[in-house]
Amino acid sequence: MAYAARHDGLPATRPPLMKRIADASAPYLYTAPALILIVTVMLVPLVLGISYAFRDIQLLNPFSGGFVGLDHFRALAQDQAFFRSLRNTLWWTGASVFLQFAFGLILALLLDKPFPGRAIAQALVFLPWAVPSFLAGLNWAWLFNPVVGPLPHWLFALGIMSQPTNILSDPQLAMWGPIVANIWWGIPFFAITLLAALQAIPRDLYEAASIDGAGPLQRFLSITLPFLAPTIAITILLRTVWISNFADLIIVMTNGGPADRTQIVASYIFTQAFKRLDFGYASAIALVLLALLLAYSLLIVILRQWLLSKD
Amino acid sequence: MRAKQAFLTIAHRLAILAYIAFALFPLFWLLKVAVTPNDLLYSEGIRLWPSRASLEHFDFVLRHSAFPVFFRNSLIVSGSTAVIVTILASLSGYALSRFRFRGKYWLVTLMLLTQMFPLVMLVAPIFKILSPLGLTNSLTGLVVVYTAFNVPFATFLMQSFFDGIPKDLEEAAMIDGATQFVAFRQIILPLTLPGIAATLGFVFTAAWSELLFSLMLISGNAQATFPVGLLSFVSKFSVDFGQMMAAGVLALIPACLFFLLIQRYLVQGLTAGAVKG
Repeated sequence: MAYAARHDGLPATRPPLMKRIADASAPYLYTAPALILIVTVMLVPLVLGISYAFRDIQLLNPFSGGFVGLDHFRALAQDQAFFRSLRNTLWWTGASVFLQFAFGLILALLLDKPFPGRAIAQALVFLPWAVPSFLAGLNWAWLFNPVVGPLPHWLFALGIMSQPTNILSDPQLAMWGPIVANIWWGIPFFAITLLAALQAIPRDLYEAASIDGAGPLQRFLSITLPFLAPTIAITILLRTVWISNFADLIIVMTNGGPADRTQIVASYIFTQAFKRLDFGYASAIALVLLALLLAYSLLIVILRQWLLSKD
Repeated sequence: MRAKQAFLTIAHRLAILAYIAFALFPLFWLLKVAVTPNDLLYSEGIRLWPSRASLEHFDFVLRHSAFPVFFRNSLIVSGSTAVIVTILASLSGYALSRFRFRGKYWLVTLMLLTQMFPLVMLVAPIFKILSPLGLTNSLTGLVVVYTAFNVPFATFLMQSFFDGIPKDLEEAAMIDGATQFVAFRQIILPLTLPGIAATLGFVFTAAWSELLFSLMLISGNAQATFPVGLLSFVSKFSVDFGQMMAAGVLALIPACLFFLLIQRYLVQGLTAGAVKG
C-alpha cells in the first residue's frame, strides 16, 4: 500500500479507475455464477427445510402449512421405526466402512507392487466405482434372487444356507444384501486413495529398513502404517458421514423392508417425503440427522485436538 | 528362498485375480442374463453361460419399450449438467487458484460444507421450490439441481488442475497487453484440457447415477431418466429379467466409456473431493 501511495503524484503509472474497479471485482465475477447457484439451490432449501421441521407440511393437504412447534419432534420421540432406523444406520455404516476399508487396503497393497499387466488389472478392479449406484443395487438384488441369481444356490451348496432363498426377504439377514453391494461398490474408492498415499512413501526407507534386517511385517508396521495413518483417518471419517447418508442401495434393493429391518435414517427420510409426502415430518427427521452428524464431526475435531496436544 | 519368492508371487497374482473376479462377476452376470433367451432362463438357472445366446432382449428394449426415451433424457440431463458445471467450475476454480480476495475463506468453507451435509434433507424443500416454477417433472429442473450439487466438487477439482500450471504464463501474456480474462481463456484453459475432460467425466458419471432427486422430481414416463425408468419397470414387470438386465447393460455403457476416459485422473479427482463417491 505504501508503495502505491508514493506513486500518487504520478498518474501516468497508475492504472485508470475503471481498470482498478475491474481488477478488484474480477475474483467475484469469476466465482459469482457458482456461488449464486449454490446459495439458491442448496443454502436456501436447507434453511427452508429447517423451517419445515416446525411446520405441518403435507403435499396432498392444501390446509396444511401451519406452525406446529415441536410436535414433529414429540412424535419422533415415540416413533419406534425411527429408533430402529438409527440402530440400522450404525450397523450399516460400521460394517460397510470397516469392510470397504479392510478390502480396499489389501487391494492397494497388492497394486502397489509393479507387476506385468498392472495397468489393466487396476482398471478392471476399479470398474465398479463407475457403475451407477442404482444399477449396482439392482444388479446385486438380482444376484441374491434365487430365480435368476447364483448366490443363493452357491450358499446352499456350501451348506451356509439350509435352502436357496433370497436373503433380502429374510429379516435377520436382509441388511447383508445392501452391505455386500456397498462393499463391492466402495472398495475402489478406498483402494484408490490409499494407493495414492502408498506411492508417496519414499522407497529408500524400505531399502534402509531391509538392510537393517527388518522383516516384511515389521516394515509394514513401522513404515507403511505410520505414513498411511493421516490418509486412513481422513478417508474413514469422511466416508463414515457419506455412507451413513447413502440411501440409494437400500432404496433400490429392499426399500427399507422386510419389516423395516434395513431402513436407515436417510432412507426413512426419503420414504416419508416420497411415499407419504409428509414434508414436515421428513424435515424434522432430517434435522435430527444433521444434529447427529454435526455432533459426530465435532467429536472428531475434539478428538484430533486432544491427540495433537498429547504429543 | 527362491521357492518362497515364487510362492509369494503366485499368491499375489491369485489375490489380484480374486479381486478382478469379484469386481467383474456381477457385471458378467448382468450380461449373461441379458443374452439368455426366456425359455432357457429358468431351466439353465445357474449355468455360467447359456447354451444358446440371443440378442432378443436388447432388440425388444430398443424397439418396443420406453428405454430409448429414458436413455435420451439421461443423456440430455447428464450432458448439459457436465458442460454447465465444467464452465462454472473453471471460472470459480481459476479464481480460487489465482486470486486472493476478501471472502475467499468463507467461499471455500461454504463449498466444503455443501459436501458434508445430507443431501436427502433437501429433497422436500427443493420439490416445494421447483413445483410452482414448473420445474418439477422437467429435465431443466434436474439440470439446475444437479449443476448446483456438482459445482463445489468440480471447483476443487479444477482448482487442483490450475494450481499445476505456472503463474508466469499468464503474467507474460498480461505484460504483452492481454487482460487477465483473455490470458485465462487463450492460454490457461487450453493447457487444462485434460483437467476439463476429467471434470466433464466425473460430473457426467455423477449425474448419470443420481437416483433420489430424479425419483422425487420426475413422475411421468416422458421425462423419466434412466434410474426412474428402470425402477418403475422393475416394480411393474418384475418378471422380465432378461429385458431389465438388457436395459441395465445399456445404462452401463456411457458410464463405462466415461470411466475409461477419466481413469487416469481418478486419483487426483478423488483426492480433490475426497468427500464424494
